[in-house]
Amino acid sequence: METLDTALTEVVIPPPEPPRPPAAGPGDWLRRNLFRSRVDAVVTVVAGVVVGYIAYRLVRFVFVTGRWEIIRVNLKLFMVGRYPSDELWRIVVGLAAIALYGGLLAGLVAHRQAVAGTAPPPVSLGRRIAGLAQRLWPLLVGVLLLLLLSSTAGPWLTALLVVAAAVLGRIVGWYLPRRSILWLVLAGIVGAIVLVWFLARPIGWDQWGGMMLNLFMAIAGIALCFPLGVLLALGRRSKLPLIRAVSVGYIELFRGVPLYVLLFMSFLALGFFLPTWAESPGLVVRAIVVFTLFTAAYVAEIVRGGLQSLPRGQTEAAQSLGLSPVKTMFLIILPQALRNVIPALVGQFISLFKDTVLAGAAMGIFEVLNVAEATTAQEEFRGEGLIAETFSFVMLLFWVGCITMSRESQRLERKLGVGLR
Amino acid sequence: MTTSGRPPLWRDVRVLSWAFQLVVVGLVVAIVLWLLDNFRANSERINTPTGFAFLDQPSDFPIPGSDFRQSQPVRDALVEGLQNTLRLAVTGIVLATVLGVLIGIARLAQNFIVRNASRVYVEFVRNVPLLAILILLYIAVVLNVFPRADQSWELGPLAVLNVRGASVFWFEGGNVKFAIAVVATVLAAWVIARWRRGVADRTGRPARRGLWALTGGAVVFVVAWAVLGLGGTAPEIDGRRVTGGITMTPEYFAALAALVLYTASHIAEIVRGSIQAVPRGQGEAADSLALSGFQRTWFVVLPQAMRIAVPPIGNQYLNLTKNTSLAAVIGFPEITKITELTVANRSPAVPSYALLLAIYLVLSLVISFFVNLVNRRLAIVER
Repeated sequence: METLDTALTEVVIPPPEPPRPPAAGPGDWLRRNLFRSRVDAVVTVVAGVVVGYIAYRLVRFVFVTGRWEIIRVNLKLFMVGRYPSDELWRIVVGLAAIALYGGLLAGLVAHRQAVAGTAPPPVSLGRRIAGLAQRLWPLLVGVLLLLLLSSTAGPWLTALLVVAAAVLGRIVGWYLPRRSILWLVLAGIVGAIVLVWFLARPIGWDQWGGMMLNLFMAIAGIALCFPLGVLLALGRRSKLPLIRAVSVGYIELFRGVPLYVLLFMSFLALGFFLPTWAESPGLVVRAIVVFTLFTAAYVAEIVRGGLQSLPRGQTEAAQSLGLSPVKTMFLIILPQALRNVIPALVGQFISLFKDTVLAGAAMGIFEVLNVAEATTAQEEFRGEGLIAETFSFVMLLFWVGCITMSRESQRLERKLGVGLR
Repeated sequence: MTTSGRPPLWRDVRVLSWAFQLVVVGLVVAIVLWLLDNFRANSERINTPTGFAFLDQPSDFPIPGSDFRQSQPVRDALVEGLQNTLRLAVTGIVLATVLGVLIGIARLAQNFIVRNASRVYVEFVRNVPLLAILILLYIAVVLNVFPRADQSWELGPLAVLNVRGASVFWFEGGNVKFAIAVVATVLAAWVIARWRRGVADRTGRPARRGLWALTGGAVVFVVAWAVLGLGGTAPEIDGRRVTGGITMTPEYFAALAALVLYTASHIAEIVRGSIQAVPRGQGEAADSLALSGFQRTWFVVLPQAMRIAVPPIGNQYLNLTKNTSLAAVIGFPEITKITELTVANRSPAVPSYALLLAIYLVLSLVISFFVNLVNRRLAIVER
């Protein structure tokens, strides 16, 4: 007991430090963020030197040592491959149509939100543009860079037209009847098919190239794989053992093998599996088929996650209303499940978009990474070791696309409140 | 008519469901059989073998950076390729985990520079294609920036780096002996850790398991090294050649670096998310127990974050393993490249690729088996 007493009396309680005033100003910021302790100061100095050196090398590469002439000369090749020059207006029209459609959708959705009372509070036009710029700054930087690299007026006019079409669509969309969203979606699907046909008029997609081809393959892959993916997800959750076995087998098979090998196989060995009378499909079609089959397995797992995230009560409620199993699934369960997994689906699309470069390496399709390699072998640039320049440019293009999509999907995730309900 | 008894066959749910299943399975089997039949017909038409007899034929091509001979059968070439794939995958997984966890923690650091540098890194690398990083690293960095052989960069006796590859210090004398030494070390560390935990449970004194296990393991390792007669070999520059040590070819080095950098950025994002998912109260509780910053991260937050992070990190391991196939593009002789070579040297394409797919499938299944094992061990045991 005695030791405890002395121990207790010997404890000296320091007088409480007076609370530090919430100081502001650069000195305080530095202390909190860079020089919290001695160790922190050392870390700051070391990291500062390393980061500073890398930044210095990067800036030097971009502004001093990099020879960007190769991009300037080949800009069209990078973006649209060998699309004939006097048919480029088709791509302009296509881009404007897409922008118009996006504007229409946005306007309709905004109107519906306004009527439903879920719209964000109105802000002035300047604020709205500033907000958009903050949201989409990587995209804006990318587009601006492309415009600055271009040597003709075409891209500038295209950009203006696209913006005008988007704004027009946004205004017109507000006045569309509110119930027309289903029609608009249907029109989008039909429009997409018409657009592909329209763009493939001068040269078929087997001769397409550049970034346009990467986008086309990614969009076609994700759109086509969707029905198969949903079916597989339902199959994997089915109570019927044989259906489940077939679905699980498919999903695990395609998730267990590399995409590169599948692409290479379809390049080399597809002919063996077609009937002897059949003509082998073109390379782009083969690539899209492989992307579709491969991505379907991943989409199936994502959709399965969405199905599992729904509480049982939803099914039971639907059943107690007397809905048939098919109606329960397609009217009650699937819409909610799919809405919950939109961010994950966007993630899958990003990953597919990045994977489209594999088609170039495996099958020699003239997609943008192949363009980057091919341009360094052009007569005027051969042997100059410009691969760092062309590859950096392509990586920047991908970065702009992927980061924009992933930021937008994070925003959507916050808006949908996934995981909060 | 009675209302009791079985419904007619065409309205019996059990009969219907089995009929539906049989139709679907029949359809799948029919498609597969049709494809196989086409394959057989096509093979007969152009006179290619369909079996696996090609495995015993001589391979007719050399493998750079290995003592593989042209007269050896295709089977041996594939084994060599598989070894290279595994080497790349295992080393990559270990390094990517270390780097990824570090960057993931750095993403949440209080230091402004560290936090934002790691953020820029992650946001950039995650959003560009791996293949672009790989080719860029290989051509623009390894082949263009690394010094010529007579101007190698040296790091003491530990490493030598030049355009012909990177050499590092390595052990000498028998893989089996080395494996024995490693196993003995791990066993010793494990036993010591258990013993220290027992002591801590009995006496209440701090266990310091990590310290004890590390020291004990190191001692055992050194003793085993000496007893088994293992030696070391350091890379040395001998004119234009580098002798000694273990040499990584430029292709291996570039592939490893690209895979590690790319996967680490994904792992970092997972680690960051998992750390943020640990309830804030856990960190505050650690603070109120007066744990140091290191103790707080290492003993309280990270173990709980790891429980959340294991399944997605396991997915990244699978991705990394599958992505080793991209090393074929820069000519690293892993299994995909070897298969390409064998097919180019008169091996039949379809059986070769079927075998390749099967190998990747088995690799994936093995990895997911281990990940599941770890996951089950880390899961909260609930009553």
